[in-house]
Amino acid sequence: MISVNQISKAYGAKKEIPALTSVDFEVSKGELFGLIGPDGSGKTTLFRILTTLILADSGTAAVAGFDVEKDMFKIRNIVGYMPGRFSLYQDLSVRENLEFYATIFNTTIEKNYHLIKDIYVQIEPFANRRAGALSGGMKQKLALCCALIHKPEVLFLDEPTTGVDVVSRKEFWEMLKRLKSEGITILVSTPYMDEAELCDRIALIDKGRILEVATPAALVNTMDSPVWAISTGKVYAAMQLLSSFEGIGEVYPFGESLHAVVDAGFKDTAGLKLRLQKAGIADAEVAIISPTIEDVFMHKMKQAPHA
Amino acid sequence: MRNIYYLLRKEFRQIFRDPAILRMIFIMPALQLLILPFAADYEVKNIEIAIVDYDHSDYSMQLTNKLSHSGYFKLMANASSHHDAMEMVSKDEVDMFIEIPKSFEKELVREDKASLSLVINAVNGTKGNLGAAYAMAIVNEFNQEVRMEWIKLPRINPEPMIEVTFSNWYNALSNYQTFMVPGILAVLLTMVGGFLSALNIVKEKEIGTIEQINVSPIRKYEFILGKLIPFWLLGFIILTIGLVISFVVHGIIPGGNIGLLYLFSSVYLLGILGFGLMISNFTYTQQQAMMVAFFFMLIFILLSGLYTQIESMPTWAQKLAWLNPVTYMVEVMRMVLLKGADFWDILPHIKVVAFGGLILNGLAIWSYRKRN
Repeated sequence: MISVNQISKAYGAKKEIPALTSVDFEVSKGELFGLIGPDGSGKTTLFRILTTLILADSGTAAVAGFDVEKDMFKIRNIVGYMPGRFSLYQDLSVRENLEFYATIFNTTIEKNYHLIKDIYVQIEPFANRRAGALSGGMKQKLALCCALIHKPEVLFLDEPTTGVDVVSRKEFWEMLKRLKSEGITILVSTPYMDEAELCDRIALIDKGRILEVATPAALVNTMDSPVWAISTGKVYAAMQLLSSFEGIGEVYPFGESLHAVVDAGFKDTAGLKLRLQKAGIADAEVAIISPTIEDVFMHKMKQAPHA
Repeated sequence: MRNIYYLLRKEFRQIFRDPAILRMIFIMPALQLLILPFAADYEVKNIEIAIVDYDHSDYSMQLTNKLSHSGYFKLMANASSHHDAMEMVSKDEVDMFIEIPKSFEKELVREDKASLSLVINAVNGTKGNLGAAYAMAIVNEFNQEVRMEWIKLPRINPEPMIEVTFSNWYNALSNYQTFMVPGILAVLLTMVGGFLSALNIVKEKEIGTIEQINVSPIRKYEFILGKLIPFWLLGFIILTIGLVISFVVHGIIPGGNIGLLYLFSSVYLLGILGFGLMISNFTYTQQQAMMVAFFFMLIFILLSGLYTQIESMPTWAQKLAWLNPVTYMVEVMRMVLLKGADFWDILPHIKVVAFGGLILNGLAIWSYRKRN
């Protein structure tokens, strides 16, 4: 449904700021595909290329079989795009915004109401309120409604849950699953690793390069080194200490504890605990854990070239 | 076409919901037309004058009376010496003074000629020039009268005298308001067409709504038309409000067919809208658009012949003035409203403005890129 081949894009007068470098991936029909990466990794640039807003410097991309350059007008009829920044008319009401986006796609709210019903009922009490006066979460819901109202074949969601509270985020993802069951292909980007688990497949992207494309489960399995969790009250001191130890790769904070990627042959958790205690980290606890997507991401990022 | 209808409906909803735009459309023209023509007046009256009369004769008294009763001068003081009068000028108490020398009457009677001296503060050049001219005219008239008293009229006047009589046409009382109102109206139309359209398009960029429009099936030309048509129509509303105010408040009864004004405005607004569109293409925030529009607006207004005569500009500036669309609008407004020009009179203006509009819009569409 979406195919991206060797897409590169750089910004600046002399193209001196690379945004995407030889990006390759495929998304099949009806898939919920996640683009996971930190801020500035090139997610939005990729979205803008796929939604025909900007042209790539090199490479080709197609959405639903249409080339993003040659068939841009065909693509614009069949995709829904929700930019990261709220970009609906703030001075029009909720209802008027929805109506406007329905009419310019030559459809009506009633015709595709079933698609947006679950979300729309939540903002319907404010149907006559101006979009600018909605809360953050409500704005996102309205934006999703507007992106869906013409029943797009492909939905592009650029960081739809950034700045949205935990409950709304959860609702949002449940909604995406429902849309998926309607046969809509969804490409969603997020900086939150926990959301990655909810996708069918994910691509890890960093500094404009795709590090890995796999299902969340397979991605975790690609981790060849064990990950240990170290919990202590002296997080910073422990982190510095661990980095100096032999056999320990990356060390990074994870929630309230530390995660360390250790050499494959390294098994002695009790030994590490002892070493830490000797060095003054008396409350150190060490445990072997199964790696999460964030661990994989941190690991891949360190190993990637030019990182 | 269907899309344009929806875009227009959206646009009008937004315009009539924005109190700032409404104020700009209805209150700004009203205020400008009510205040400016009365205030921005070039007629120089009440020139403050002092007299230094060393002569204290009959004739010097007569001349003083003549000056102070002319209506142009306000006699502020009788200074006792040249030095005192000079001091008054330097303290800005008077704008000019006339010095009547000691033997003024004696010389006038005996030698048939006498001299006066006129000292003028020329910081305000217009006022200085006009003051000097008025004073000269009054002194000349006084001179004539004195000579008439003496001459025993011969059968045939040995010196043929040419007397010039004036009759003011189109603006019989040389009323400055009548001259200004059409000009101000022209500038108002330009502001709405140029400013508001530019700001409106840039607003979509600034808020990001243009992204959503760009990923929809709406085409470039539909989006542009959706933006231009509302401001084109608003221009007519402003023109109408302006004409009503100039009739009710300033008593200007159009000399020509008002339809011609609407015809010309319709062509003119297209050009100005194209100009606004251009600005919006090169700016990314409303603030930038505002600054750029303001910069051009100032040049347009000062080079339009609204306040200063184009004929008295240097040649290069005259050329610029005739490249300025506002010049044509001001001219046509005055021609139709005051002189009662007909279609054939303004046809050359229509042609130029239509041509300019084509160029501006062509450039605007060329520079409007939906994607880069």
